[in-house]
Amino acid sequence: MSILLNKTTPVIVQGFTGRIGTFHAAEMKAYGTNLVGGVTPGKGGGTHLDLPVFNTVKGAVAETGAQASIVFVPPPFAADSIMEAADAGIKYCVCITDGIPSQDMMRVKRYMRRYKKEDRMILTGPNCAGTITPGEAMMGIMPDNIYIPGRVGIVGRSGTLGYEAASQMKARGIGVSTSVGIGGDPINGFSFKDVLELFEQDPDTDAVVMIGEIGGPQEAEAAEWARAHMKKPLMAYVAGLSAPKGKRMGHAGAIVSAFGESAQEKVEIIREAGHTIVPHPAAFGETVESVLTGKKVAA
Amino acid sequence: MDIHEYQAKELLATHGIRMPRGGLAYSPEQAAYRATEIGGEAWVVKAQVHSGARGKAGGIVLCRNDKEVAAAAEKLLGQKLVTHQTGPAGKLINRLYIEETVPIERELYLGFVLDRKEERIMIVASSSGGMEIEQIAEEEPDSLVRASVDPGLGMREFQAREIAFGLGLDGALIGKAVDTILGCYRVFRDFDASMLEINPLVVSKGEVIALDAKMSFDENALFRRPEISELRDKSQEDPRETFASDRGLSYVGLDGDIGCIINGAGLAMATLDMIKIEGGEPANFLDIGGGASPERVAKSFRAVLQDKNVKVILVNIFAGINRCDWVAEGVVKAIEEVGVDMPLIVRLSGTKVDEGKAILREKAPHVITADTLKDAAVAAVAALKSTQRNAA
Repeated sequence: MSILLNKTTPVIVQGFTGRIGTFHAAEMKAYGTNLVGGVTPGKGGGTHLDLPVFNTVKGAVAETGAQASIVFVPPPFAADSIMEAADAGIKYCVCITDGIPSQDMMRVKRYMRRYKKEDRMILTGPNCAGTITPGEAMMGIMPDNIYIPGRVGIVGRSGTLGYEAASQMKARGIGVSTSVGIGGDPINGFSFKDVLELFEQDPDTDAVVMIGEIGGPQEAEAAEWARAHMKKPLMAYVAGLSAPKGKRMGHAGAIVSAFGESAQEKVEIIREAGHTIVPHPAAFGETVESVLTGKKVAA
Repeated sequence: MDIHEYQAKELLATHGIRMPRGGLAYSPEQAAYRATEIGGEAWVVKAQVHSGARGKAGGIVLCRNDKEVAAAAEKLLGQKLVTHQTGPAGKLINRLYIEETVPIERELYLGFVLDRKEERIMIVASSSGGMEIEQIAEEEPDSLVRASVDPGLGMREFQAREIAFGLGLDGALIGKAVDTILGCYRVFRDFDASMLEINPLVVSKGEVIALDAKMSFDENALFRRPEISELRDKSQEDPRETFASDRGLSYVGLDGDIGCIINGAGLAMATLDMIKIEGGEPANFLDIGGGASPERVAKSFRAVLQDKNVKVILVNIFAGINRCDWVAEGVVKAIEEVGVDMPLIVRLSGTKVDEGKAILREKAPHVITADTLKDAAVAAVAALKSTQRNAA
């Protein structure tokens, strides 16, 4: 078990035949992901990477039984592609695209609510590195060799900072159940709290590392939720100690514009809620190790 | 992306928002001419800089005749206006907006933002205009009225009406305020704004009038808003940031002396944090992004070296889509073409890391390499200290 994705999940790629879609589809397939096809409007009926190409997501779902989709569509068209996936009955969508306008994402979130909760698609991203369940399947653009299978969940906004955490854990022999990127945009799909809920229910996850950054209310909201509802240990790092107010630090969402959005304030809120703080970005490995061994001693 | 007050007012005017008559001036003569052209007995000369709180900083001057207008313009043009939002460097004044004065009966606040929690456009209004919204929220929280817009349906008229009544307006002013609020909403939506603030919105002689206007835009939407892209004023930006953004790099200038080149926004922020923890001060944030070619790495060096405070450069790459061998080639290229006359620390990890390290060993043996993020930060701070010792 794992969350969101495992080796049997049938996956399609939206933006399949483009340069980026092609490259990462091949990597995902090589990793063992159950890739069943792809969508590029106008190229339906052909094959690409020995897999069928469809004009529409509905067509791909009907033919292949796809349950998950990864979107590599360029920013002007990406919001439309996510909505197409939601409407076609896709259960889980990862959107990699960086640069989608905020108002487009607001419409996407509104659109997804037209489905009953049990039928509603789960979206992670946009502007994320994707999701990987090590040893089973990958929907993303991450270097797969830095993850080993294990029992610690990772959820983070940033791709490369997530790699940093995973590789520090690997260096100490600590593996990952699933690593989920929720992306660096102000309006995104699943929030930190939504992913923590899944990890809390997952029997194969023992502890969770949350990698946040400046801007927005999600880290604080997740910390508060976890205080009341999470039994598994939660460790958190918040990037952006040196970020000045009102400046966008690369990610569209990484900007301090209100109280509670700076790294210092978020760290304080998370600590106050009783969770473990990863004190600096070189301490992911040691913090996770000490929390895991501490737990063993206590048990 | 921010724009000037006069530009925001031009956008708002196209959607029926009322405002005082005004005109733009680039010189004292032009300012005096504008005042005569507008007519009346008093004018305000308003410095056009990308910052709020211009009044308190002396950037808005009330004048009674055209000589005073010319004198105020003479004083302001070419100066840097320092407000509590600009930082100590201030922002250059190279345009003025000359505006007629209007009698003020009531001052209101009207703001539109993208609310990240609700994931909607949120309208915040207050009957206590003239102060900054943070101050209103602290001192007059009961005066705040809010509404959030369903993105599927757009703002409804009743929502605007609720705000108008909530501001304590009545009679014919209700209809005028509703038109103003709905007009602002349409400007916000149609131009992909991220912030719109009218402070103050005033009641004057039976009309609802925008005395000031401030707008920012979603940079991710500029591809479909060419008319907004054209409003960019590079003189209001940090020149280091302009240089980098013209080359497609995501760069933010900071005050320290350790120049940074990193891939990924989160890792970049974390690397700056690590430098600070080790006792150093980063000079910049720079994300070179995914798929960085050797040329792009060399460009990043040029951008970092624009900042004359930089004494040491730290490169931290965790390659996923990127390739360490390409980054290493880029470092070599930068040393050859740009000239890097200072200690250079490079940490490579991820895809093709061994190839990358081999390239550095062979072609750039004086580069200090580090295996971990912490080692890289420690080495950068140590290199800086030894440079400072040598200088002293």
